[in-house]
Amino acid sequence: MSVAKPVPHDSAALHVMGQARYVDDVPLPANAVHLAFGTSHVAHGRIRSMDLDAVSAAPGVVAVLTAEDLTHAVDVSPSPSPEPLLCGGEVHFAGQPIFLVIAETHLLARKAARLARIDIEELPAILTIEEAYEAGTIFEEGPRIYTRGNAASAIDAAEHVIEGSMDIGGQEHFYLEGQAAAALPQEGGDMIVYSSSQHPTEVQHKVADALGLPMNAVRAEVRRMGGGFGGKESQGNALAISCALAARLTGRPASMRYDRDDDMTITGKRHDFRIDYRVGFSSDGRIEGIEFLQLCRCGWSMDLSLPVADRAMLHADNAYFIPNMRVESHRLRTNTQSATAFRGFGGPQGMVGIERVVDHVAHALGRDPLAVRKANYYAPMGGEAQTTHYHMPVEDFILHDLTDRLVDASDYHARRAAVQEWNTANDVLKKGIALTPVKFGISFTLTHLNQAGALVHVYQDGSIHMNHGGTEMGQGLFQKVAQVAASRFGVDLDRVKISATDTAKVPNTSATAASSGSDLNGMAVKAACDTIRDRLAAFVAERAQAKASEVRFEDGMVHVGGESLSFDQVVKDAYMNRVSLSATGFYKTPKIVWDRIKGTGRPFFYFAYGAAVTEVVIDTLTGENRILRCDILHDAGESLNPAIDIGQVEGAYVQGAGWLTTEELVWDGKGRLRTHAPSTYKIPACSDRPDIFNVALWDGTNLEETIYQSKAVGEPPFMLGISALMALSDAVASCGDAYPDLDAPATAERVLMTARRVAS
Amino acid sequence: MTVRFSLNGESVAIDTDPTVTLLDWLRETRGLKGTKEGCNEGDCGACTVMVTDEGGARALNACILFLPQLHGKAVRTVEGLSGPNGAQHPVQSQMIEKHGSQCGFCTPGFVVSMAVGHLNGRADHDDVLAGNLCRCTGYAPIVRAAEAAAKEPVPDWVKDAPLEVEPLGFAPETADDLAAWYEAHPGGTLIAGATDVGLWVTKDLRDLGEVAFLNRCRDLQQIDVSDSAIRIGAGVTMADLMPLLRERFPSYAEMVRRYGSEQVRQAATIGGNIANGSPIGDNPPALIALGAKLHLRKGSERREMPIEDFFIDYGKQDRAPGEFVEAVTIPASAPHLRCYKISKRFDQDISAVCGCFNVSIEDGIVREARIAFGGMAGIPKRAAHVEAALVDQPWTEETVRSAMKEMGKDFTPLTDMRASDAYRLMAAENLLVRYFRDLTGGDVSVLEVTP
Repeated sequence: MSVAKPVPHDSAALHVMGQARYVDDVPLPANAVHLAFGTSHVAHGRIRSMDLDAVSAAPGVVAVLTAEDLTHAVDVSPSPSPEPLLCGGEVHFAGQPIFLVIAETHLLARKAARLARIDIEELPAILTIEEAYEAGTIFEEGPRIYTRGNAASAIDAAEHVIEGSMDIGGQEHFYLEGQAAAALPQEGGDMIVYSSSQHPTEVQHKVADALGLPMNAVRAEVRRMGGGFGGKESQGNALAISCALAARLTGRPASMRYDRDDDMTITGKRHDFRIDYRVGFSSDGRIEGIEFLQLCRCGWSMDLSLPVADRAMLHADNAYFIPNMRVESHRLRTNTQSATAFRGFGGPQGMVGIERVVDHVAHALGRDPLAVRKANYYAPMGGEAQTTHYHMPVEDFILHDLTDRLVDASDYHARRAAVQEWNTANDVLKKGIALTPVKFGISFTLTHLNQAGALVHVYQDGSIHMNHGGTEMGQGLFQKVAQVAASRFGVDLDRVKISATDTAKVPNTSATAASSGSDLNGMAVKAACDTIRDRLAAFVAERAQAKASEVRFEDGMVHVGGESLSFDQVVKDAYMNRVSLSATGFYKTPKIVWDRIKGTGRPFFYFAYGAAVTEVVIDTLTGENRILRCDILHDAGESLNPAIDIGQVEGAYVQGAGWLTTEELVWDGKGRLRTHAPSTYKIPACSDRPDIFNVALWDGTNLEETIYQSKAVGEPPFMLGISALMALSDAVASCGDAYPDLDAPATAERVLMTARRVAS
Repeated sequence: MTVRFSLNGESVAIDTDPTVTLLDWLRETRGLKGTKEGCNEGDCGACTVMVTDEGGARALNACILFLPQLHGKAVRTVEGLSGPNGAQHPVQSQMIEKHGSQCGFCTPGFVVSMAVGHLNGRADHDDVLAGNLCRCTGYAPIVRAAEAAAKEPVPDWVKDAPLEVEPLGFAPETADDLAAWYEAHPGGTLIAGATDVGLWVTKDLRDLGEVAFLNRCRDLQQIDVSDSAIRIGAGVTMADLMPLLRERFPSYAEMVRRYGSEQVRQAATIGGNIANGSPIGDNPPALIALGAKLHLRKGSERREMPIEDFFIDYGKQDRAPGEFVEAVTIPASAPHLRCYKISKRFDQDISAVCGCFNVSIEDGIVREARIAFGGMAGIPKRAAHVEAALVDQPWTEETVRSAMKEMGKDFTPLTDMRASDAYRLMAAENLLVRYFRDLTGGDVSVLEVTP
């Protein structure tokens, strides 16, 4: 069986040889046109006039399009609330596309776009969470509220009550490959689109809509992305649509990629939050009730903000049974980039909120935060399940055992004592340590998205062609699913050809998102493989006068009765006997039902778990800080590929720690993003990973029937990075008696200012 | 004019506009798509190529490397790392073995950086790779691959040699030629490493007009060491300066270790870092603290000045049209020099504050103090009030705590995306405390703390 083996990424050899093709590497016919947007320099305003003569006259310019040149209001939004490709009247953020340049080269398009003279009457802009909350500019008719028990009275009756508030910054995806698309015009007005997208069906749908064509006239293909992280769930639509429009207009292939600064200025990021809390608890650290106010900055358009904000609410409990809880969520509309999906999809922000509360409670009681965490954990699986604040029973809770194992493996208690000793002995450099858990719900909260399709062919030479609706962005999905296919047929992995995701092969797919890729597509491919395998089994069983159920596919052989035939021979014979060797597969996640308005149901098929211990050191003179060591134990169920899953965990931790430490988005007072390039926006570099970095997978299973009992792994480990923030809080707390109230990201500046406040 | 260099072992000759980047040429003209564009400003390393000249093999960012800079050199891209019959380079096979690629887009740049490090016998993988950003892996498997590859021999096929070439019209061969050209073309643009000027082209989309490339002026790349002073030619790259800094000025070397990245330090020159007058360049504060002398030249006329006098105001230097930085001279030693770089990220980040300190102490009394900061004003600038509060005082923590209060008289820093004014001032004050602790043997850097 090829599942559970640590085989390398299917494209690893192509990656290291420089042969893996990304959208901008696909050779286009020589006469392709290249596109660039001209954008608004104003956060909110009304366009008074546009002088694009110099743009049109610039060298190499083929055409310039504005909103007026489009036959209808072309919409790029993934949500029901429209988002124009080009804005004509009111501009809503600094960076919003206003016109599209079509030119002979990428560079000439960029140069021409700078020559526009656009007069915009500036209108008052709402930029910050506070401004939007005050002004009441929100999406939906009012706040969403999920509640269980009576939080207010439980808090009032509790022995101790504390309140607090925390700012949590957003995050730029910084996929190394920027947004890119290309379109090839076909006969009869049809269109083929190559897109760096997590959601080819949506690209197909939006391009068809823009061209006024049915979806069957457009084919979208995605071989791979150079990173996605949620940033290519909806943000690539504008480029794909632009290419299709330009290809139709000029009759030439069209290609578009954002220069990095444009990419960061135009596209959405992780939502930043302010979370206010009031919590009541007992002297032994049991939390009796919490009220959360989650203020979520969505930017100018709806995009995916509603499910993001929902998921933040759904993770406001993290691993803790809070008997009385009320979560109120406001989805604030501001004149900034429209925030979008980003690994964890709101879950991380909700989880930071509750981890902050637990940390604050522990500080108030003078206890080890780990003890308070454990005191509030959900009941372990096997006993009577406790329910979440959205009324879902938690039936698979493994964090008690997992935490104990990690505490031992990381030598947590001795190291915590050593950190305290260090801090007594050192007045300038201070250390901190923290263990934080993760419980992350797996499934799209929009229930209908939890479906997937697959198409599998076995050719007459015994080679296998596999296709499904998932997209490859580096997470190793294609290889994991190929391992499933090879296992179903009992053949070697190299017999399975992985091919580009293609809307003409598998239709109506969901975005590769919500960590669902291998759960959904693995099951769909399994179904397709099993259909073909059952046909082969029936065929050989009939021939051998045996039972089909006794036919075994193993090690490249097919065993029937006492006979063993090579898989190749069986396939060849089956073909000669007119057995169909092609099948589709389909899967839909069972058990889930969810009412997002009431906040009740079972939105998740299961939970994925993990925990991390991080140790840090800070400099109380400058606030400089770094991670010294990290130990992780993470639950991937029965891993389909331990090497790929460990890679996801390591990468997610560093990305999560980056979000909460060095990655700071800064807008100026006019709403212009000042951190729009890697020179000013600092994702972790090589030396920022922990000096000691121990990552292990939990050796458990999945209680639910998932593909080979594995668990989703894309997003959950991102939130292990929260342990870095809590360790920094621990280090800062050693500077004095006050609670640090450390906001995120904990840059050197924020650490210094917080340490100073704690010390005074 | 024809630029000649070797590309993956094959000689090429190109008639080119001087400001075409190697990256655009590789991808758009040559059809070599393995080298990627990640940021187009030299900050992500996805476009890293190996360039071999007389000094050996270097990793450089192709996105801010103009074709004429390659004249006479050998270029090797990711496509040229594997050998005959597709044999993988050890860094390539180990990257597969150790699961060092996920999305794979940064990978070509990583393997080229790793191959250069491998060729040069480098074991400091974090420094070799500081200029390569990866968003997927968290770097751990990449470093494992680099460590494993280090045990394997360097394949012969990656060992390149520079070419014999004729001079290029717009690339003078000597400082004299440069001086004559610049005097005749005072409106022209001088391009040394192009780590700054490159962005004028790739980001500002400027047409540079007349340009001269300085990298062929060998006489500007000399380091002359005497008993009392060291004269550093303006064309010395930061990478080539490192051995001297490590030997003589370890704290300055540690700051430069974090300056830019391997790719940037291999291109960037000390003269460029001074001449562009940036208030956030990291060399000027160190040079001011050292009491460096700057040597300027226009035609055959030369003059010199204390380096701090060169920086007049934001964007304004004491440099006449047609005049260029020829060299800088520093003392042969400065045991009390300490350089502290404060930035959001340790590696490859522009300083929010860069503080450099050099105090002479005799019999416990401060005799001279040279303290300079970057990031605190429109120019790199001395902390005159702080210096005055130290001189002739006993070298004690009390003196330091009293002198740091003068910092606000010296500086009114800005708030920008790197830091607030309040943080900059507070950090600058505290760096004086750090300096005192440093000289008295205390722990001062989180980078030196082990788990």
